[in-house]
Amino acid sequence: MKPRPFDYARPDTVDEAVELLAEHGDDARILAGGQSLLPMLNLRLIEAGLLIDISRVAALDAIIDLGDTIEIGAAVTQNELMAWPQLAQKLPLLAAALPFVGHFQTRNKGTVCGSVAHADPSSEIPLALAVCGGAVVLRSKRGSRVLAAEAFQQDMLTTARAPDELIAAVRFPVIEGKGTAFNEVARRHGDFAIIAVAAIADRRGAVQLGVGGMVGRPAVRSLTADGAAAAISAWAEELEGFDDAHASPAMRRDILRKLGPRVIAEAIRCAA
Amino acid sequence: MRRITRDQRPRVSLTLNGRKLAAAAEPRTLLSDFLRQSLGATGTHVGCEHGICGACTVLIDGVAVRSCLTLAVQAEGRAVTTVEALAAPGGALNPLQQAFQNHHALQCGFCTPGILMSFTDFLARNPHPTEPEIRDVLSGHLCRCTGYTGIVNAVKEVAGGGA
Repeated sequence: MKPRPFDYARPDTVDEAVELLAEHGDDARILAGGQSLLPMLNLRLIEAGLLIDISRVAALDAIIDLGDTIEIGAAVTQNELMAWPQLAQKLPLLAAALPFVGHFQTRNKGTVCGSVAHADPSSEIPLALAVCGGAVVLRSKRGSRVLAAEAFQQDMLTTARAPDELIAAVRFPVIEGKGTAFNEVARRHGDFAIIAVAAIADRRGAVQLGVGGMVGRPAVRSLTADGAAAAISAWAEELEGFDDAHASPAMRRDILRKLGPRVIAEAIRCAA
Repeated sequence: MRRITRDQRPRVSLTLNGRKLAAAAEPRTLLSDFLRQSLGATGTHVGCEHGICGACTVLIDGVAVRSCLTLAVQAEGRAVTTVEALAAPGGALNPLQQAFQNHHALQCGFCTPGILMSFTDFLARNPHPTEPEIRDVLSGHLCRCTGYTGIVNAVKEVAGGGA
């Protein structure tokens, strides 16, 4: 299908973009790669009065090494990040997760921040951000603020972004001296996951485990490698799992119980 | 800053297969429709219009993207390459197209333009891919004639047996 009519603006600077957001608020949508937004517009699941195309704002098209954190600007595509030479060394969890994000062709245009903005409960980048303890940089005419991933994504397709705020960047902490692993179960490669699991483990067996696809946002828990299977099983009951056309809650719990320990074992192997 | 209201149809210019062209477009006009209906480049096919099937894949500045998930105005000033650019002016197929013919990698041909453009980008970046890498790129396309094995074999031929 074709989208309903909308106005279009292509600002050259962040200031112009947040000025438009201040003026139009909820009626405006940010267009970066458009790989989540345009399908929804084409299917007329959503409509917008104004699209603010930030894909040519040069200041947002940067991967900045801040030392203990890597800041990824809102115009950086998923494939640009995958091609970043230091990705495997500094952000190994993202390096493992990105190949699961959509397809080669959509990663060429889809942005890292766009996935975070869309906030699908089973999408890979928000899960990686939550497990790493990353953050989201929001800019508005009022100023800027940095929100922890935990505080940012609130529920299915729902975030703490105010209507006049632009997601200018996301920040991933550099992971060093730890093992990481990512895996997921999907109907077909490139689909949104039914269940996605990410783990960060240190050499002593302390694990940060995250799961997408159980509840409305990524769920994260600290546990130890010893007795992980029992802890994951109890956690699965606690989370319950949502019901949709792809999987029942029982199936989601079952996948988490099987995939969780496997991902932890791989992260521990990497840590060793 | 470029601004267009919904009732305006300004001229949008871009370079299509080396030629500078322009036509009127609304903000909501998809690049796929702009190419086919306004610029007459009907080699690009439109299947699902929500980014799943891959038939509409074209290159923008050399990078393979879904033209149905791109607004025409987003391609303004960019270099767009479509399947029409692949064969020589006299009609001789390029090596990738010839390999598709050799391996019966197309049946109805509806998905073929998009697949050719995806691999044009991918092979430029990675000239000797492994078979799993080829299959990963191909996973971004749907072929309803189930011709995947022939397509993989065709790409392997062009990739110099690197798989």
